[in-house]
Amino acid sequence: MATSASAYENDIKNLKATELTLGLPGTHLQQNVPIIDQEKSSASSSSNKRPLQLPHEETSPAQDCGSKCSNIAKNTDDDAAPPPSKAKIVGWPPIRSYRKNSLQEQSEAAGGIYVKVSMDGAPYLRKIDLKIYGGYPQLLKALENMFKLTIGEYSEKEGYKGSDYAPTYEDKDGDWMLVGDVPWDMFVTSCKRLRIMKGSEARGLGCAV
Amino acid sequence: MNYFPDEVIEHIFEYVGSHRDRNALSLVCRSWYRIERCTREKVFIGNCYSITPERLIQRFPSLKSLTLKGKPHFADFSLVPHGWGGFVYPWIEALAKGKVGLEELRLKRMVVSDESLELLSRAFPNFKSLVLVSCEEFTTDGLAAIAANCKWLRELDLQENEVDDHKGQWLSCFPDSCTSLVSLNFACLKGEINTGVLERLVARSPNLKSLRLNRSVPLDALQRILARAPQLVDLGVGSLVHDPAMETFAKLMTTMNKCKSITSLSGFLEVTPRCLTAMYPILPKLTSLNLSYAAGIPGSDLIKLIRHCKKLQRLWIMDSIGDKGLGVVANTCKELQELRVFPSDNIGQHAAVTEKGLVAISMGCPKLHSLLYFCHQMTNAALITVAKNCPNFIRFRLAILDATKPDPDTNQPLDEGFGAIVQSCRRLRRLSLSGQLTDKVFLYIGMYAEQLEMLSIAFAGESDKGMLYVLNGCKKLRKLEIRDCPFGNTALLTDVGKYETMRSLWMSSCEVTVGACKVLAMKMPRLNVEIFNENEPADCEPDDVQKVEKMYLYRTLAGKRKDAPEYVWTL
Repeated sequence: MATSASAYENDIKNLKATELTLGLPGTHLQQNVPIIDQEKSSASSSSNKRPLQLPHEETSPAQDCGSKCSNIAKNTDDDAAPPPSKAKIVGWPPIRSYRKNSLQEQSEAAGGIYVKVSMDGAPYLRKIDLKIYGGYPQLLKALENMFKLTIGEYSEKEGYKGSDYAPTYEDKDGDWMLVGDVPWDMFVTSCKRLRIMKGSEARGLGCAV
Repeated sequence: MNYFPDEVIEHIFEYVGSHRDRNALSLVCRSWYRIERCTREKVFIGNCYSITPERLIQRFPSLKSLTLKGKPHFADFSLVPHGWGGFVYPWIEALAKGKVGLEELRLKRMVVSDESLELLSRAFPNFKSLVLVSCEEFTTDGLAAIAANCKWLRELDLQENEVDDHKGQWLSCFPDSCTSLVSLNFACLKGEINTGVLERLVARSPNLKSLRLNRSVPLDALQRILARAPQLVDLGVGSLVHDPAMETFAKLMTTMNKCKSITSLSGFLEVTPRCLTAMYPILPKLTSLNLSYAAGIPGSDLIKLIRHCKKLQRLWIMDSIGDKGLGVVANTCKELQELRVFPSDNIGQHAAVTEKGLVAISMGCPKLHSLLYFCHQMTNAALITVAKNCPNFIRFRLAILDATKPDPDTNQPLDEGFGAIVQSCRRLRRLSLSGQLTDKVFLYIGMYAEQLEMLSIAFAGESDKGMLYVLNGCKKLRKLEIRDCPFGNTALLTDVGKYETMRSLWMSSCEVTVGACKVLAMKMPRLNVEIFNENEPADCEPDDVQKVEKMYLYRTLAGKRKDAPEYVWTL
């Protein structure tokens, strides 16, 4: 294992020398190329191991690397090279691009329920992702931070008493509802946008009938 | 047989359906060739550039059903640049000109423009069935033409196509007089559809057996649609998301109970796991279940579902089911014949499936013959066990996510494991390799894989010998695709005649040079040897010693094609 570790380190040193940069010859891009995944380093003690040869699609012919170059991964633009769990190779794993795109869209779509938040008197609206909040307290706190105001505590009887503001939302039927009345899950699926009402209007909502 | 009149032989030939058998018939003698060609209705063309449409029409005047494949397989993985080819328009144009009575068209990996769909819909009055798999370039406008003009349409099946959704009302283009639909699959469409129109279409299609919806069809619409189509056999659910109005959900459960014929289930492109209980009434009868796009179902819910599916023959699932879940599959699905396990997008998660899941499956499912398995690791011992337990594999495709990973227990290459597979599975027709592999695995393949027709290799081998073992040994090889392997000119040129016995050869990021490809092209005029050069300017002559980035060669009677883009050089 010791010899392979030092061989591995040599590979890393040579890597720098044979590094393919994503750019035209002559330009010097300060891009750190994140290197191979950690798994490979521990498993590769066999001398039969071929270094991965990636397709040279982004280099010009002059830089074409005839000898087997060491692994190059698709880089990110961070300063510190982040440790990716896998070196990215074009076309591997062999999944149909339709499937890949479809799942990516799904995870993006599933990733957030973004709703607009307007506040009376504010020049522009904000957008928040309802999915990241576990419940009403977190949501209200986030709104308070975002708009620099105090909303206070909810009570079923009196809404947000004592506050100049009332958080409301437009539901699927188009009605404006007070935030907090329905269970959180139900709120998340039915909320289309948020509006923080201010002043007398707000207090009007909170008044007992 | 020659003493029988033609009509009798024709009648006998009617019983011969498979393409291979019919091809064999046509080789027996001249009169059989003649009779066969006049009576053949279905033709399969595995490479659309291997023959011209005119020649096809000339030989088969009774042609009714045509299957065409276009781009090479590795196009699926973004290895073929845009614009390579595979255009269907010239085919449709020629069929129209030749007044072919086309009824069925099945296309895979082809470029299908709206114009071609428009022409298709108008030129063939008896057109009944359109199946598009992994095609591109068409939009919902093209679908509107098909819906509007194909009076007797029975089947519109869109699988995994990249379709531009123009937000038009293509579904509304089915006229009220259209009542012939048997199969409608639009799961791959991304846009909204009018659920009212869909419901009415379903209501007037009493023969509808297969319906696969896209994401835009919500739970309440699904319930109404199923209420009108209790005869469905194959259902693709679009969206099954929790609706606070529990009444709709209860209705759905009642409706599902009435769908006594559903044996195939797929979709769940959007899903709230709680809603899956609605599916429980139909699970026990399922023979086919495809949850490979249901990223929203966590492993625990997958396992709960599977426990009810005792009759399953085909299962496509994501690796979130885990090794443990595969154990449940092994215990439950004793009739399983085909299994595909796809990787979920969750990088950084603990290894979802490994060799353990596969071994469990092999122990519990003796009828398994087709496998596509994406996993984090594989061992020789596991493959040897699988080979012993399942000698009936026809298709065995293994994709280790880390392409050159050796056996983690022994740090050895996986030569012995795959060797065991080919030695044990005498009926193996398709094989995909991955993991760390030396030339030895190819020696085994050449020695034992007598029925092998398609082989996919990536990041494997040590020298030309590897490729030569395969070319020499696998007599039935039709498709060979290789990427990132150290195979070079010697391997390519040792037996040039071999390539005329095959459909195609793909080599990318190997050691083959331009000069060798030129030699091959010169020696074999009935091969098209295409080189892709995406980096060179179009008029720049490549140096003979330069390595070829991508090469695709195929046998053809059509000569050099005229629709190749600038970056493709046919030598």
